[in-house]
Amino acid sequence: MRATFAVLAKDLRLELRTFETLPAMVLFSLSTFVIFHFALGRSAVGGQLAAGILTVTLLFAALLGAGRLFVAEREQGGFDAFLLAPVDRTSLLAAKAAAMFLFLALLEVVAVPAFGVLLLGPALGPRLPGLIAVLALADLALAVIGTLVSAIAIHTRARDMISPIIGLPLLLPALIASARAAAPVFSVHGSGAPPGKWLLILALYDVVFALIAYAVFDFLLED
Amino acid sequence: MTSYGRGLRGLSVATIATITVALALVFFYAPLDANQGFIQKIFYIHVPLAIVALCGFVVGGLLAIAHLRTGDRKWDLRSYVAIHMALIFGVGGLITGSIWAKASWGHWWVWSDPTLVSFLIVMLLFATYQPLRFSIEDPERQARYASVFAIVAGAFVPLNFIAVRMAQGVVHPRVLTLTGGRLPGSMGLTFAVSLLGIALLYATLWNYEIAAKRARMQLRRLRRAALGDDAAGALGRSAAPS
Repeated sequence: MRATFAVLAKDLRLELRTFETLPAMVLFSLSTFVIFHFALGRSAVGGQLAAGILTVTLLFAALLGAGRLFVAEREQGGFDAFLLAPVDRTSLLAAKAAAMFLFLALLEVVAVPAFGVLLLGPALGPRLPGLIAVLALADLALAVIGTLVSAIAIHTRARDMISPIIGLPLLLPALIASARAAAPVFSVHGSGAPPGKWLLILALYDVVFALIAYAVFDFLLED
Repeated sequence: MTSYGRGLRGLSVATIATITVALALVFFYAPLDANQGFIQKIFYIHVPLAIVALCGFVVGGLLAIAHLRTGDRKWDLRSYVAIHMALIFGVGGLITGSIWAKASWGHWWVWSDPTLVSFLIVMLLFATYQPLRFSIEDPERQARYASVFAIVAGAFVPLNFIAVRMAQGVVHPRVLTLTGGRLPGSMGLTFAVSLLGIALLYATLWNYEIAAKRARMQLRRLRRAALGDDAAGALGRSAAPS
């Protein structure tokens, strides 16, 4: 547990000093909203379309962030140092997933209001509670799977390509569930609560993949 | 000294016999479908291909678990071949499915059908198995990372089917349901024989590829032992275990 917090604190301090990952994710999301505006030729969206744009943007921004997750470890020998330390290897997974979750949450603090201003037709304010429930569960899936995929891809030669092509199909069920759950929230005719069925599926997906990642992560560090 | 292809002859003969019987049943015994007519007969090829491919992916994951538990590279080879063969069968399943969809629904691709869509997603995921292996140079690490991928992806297969099925309506003919199929007896028998034939084909090809890969490795070892390191030739970069 202490090791987890130590690695997490290290990652956050690194981010605070370099501002490398989070600003890039934010800028990427904002540009993507602009791209969607021109690509779709719509100045305001609602319902399923709005839910799709938001979740797809966050998915791509998450993959962008996940690609950077282990770069410091790889380039500066952090993996070796971690393996030398007498701590549980799972703590690295937990710390990285927690860092990823925090990055995503901070990204959404900026990107969701920006989405509300730039693209969303219906008012954002009353829709926030439902949206936060959906995004919290979606962020968990993005954090866990993003960390796992990033750890698989970090030692490959073409890691910038390997991590999205593995990550996208693995995250598709989470994308389906979060886009479907967010659709009634963004409905033009008054906001509805996110359907419990999709929140449940998203939560189950989070739990199952957290267990799978926990089971296999050790084998990605053996050297 | 290992003997290659032990039992392969018997397995090959059994496969050819079963597939011949299955084809005979498909064309001469099974009745024509009342609605779809002759084109429905592709069902006896398409569905077994898809089922065997999905089972092959899951088996690849189980073999990968054996690899990580024992650390023995032979399990990685088996897992690799299982996934490799399943990919080939899966492409066959997608193509035959597409032909069937065009004939019976009028479109090459139908998004409203969860089985088709989830099968495509699974194929997209497993299509990254070889690129992943290919871009890791150290053979030991390649084997380990590929096994981790195979386990994650194998577990993803059922999860993905559940998620996609809930998202969409049902257009796919539900021929085999847990509540009892609606297949008439003669069609059911034909389907069972076809499934057995395709499964045997998968097992035979799996064995052939394993035998070929082991023979090649043995040959390399012998050349190196007999003629020195230079004679063995440089090991090309490969996605396959070597």
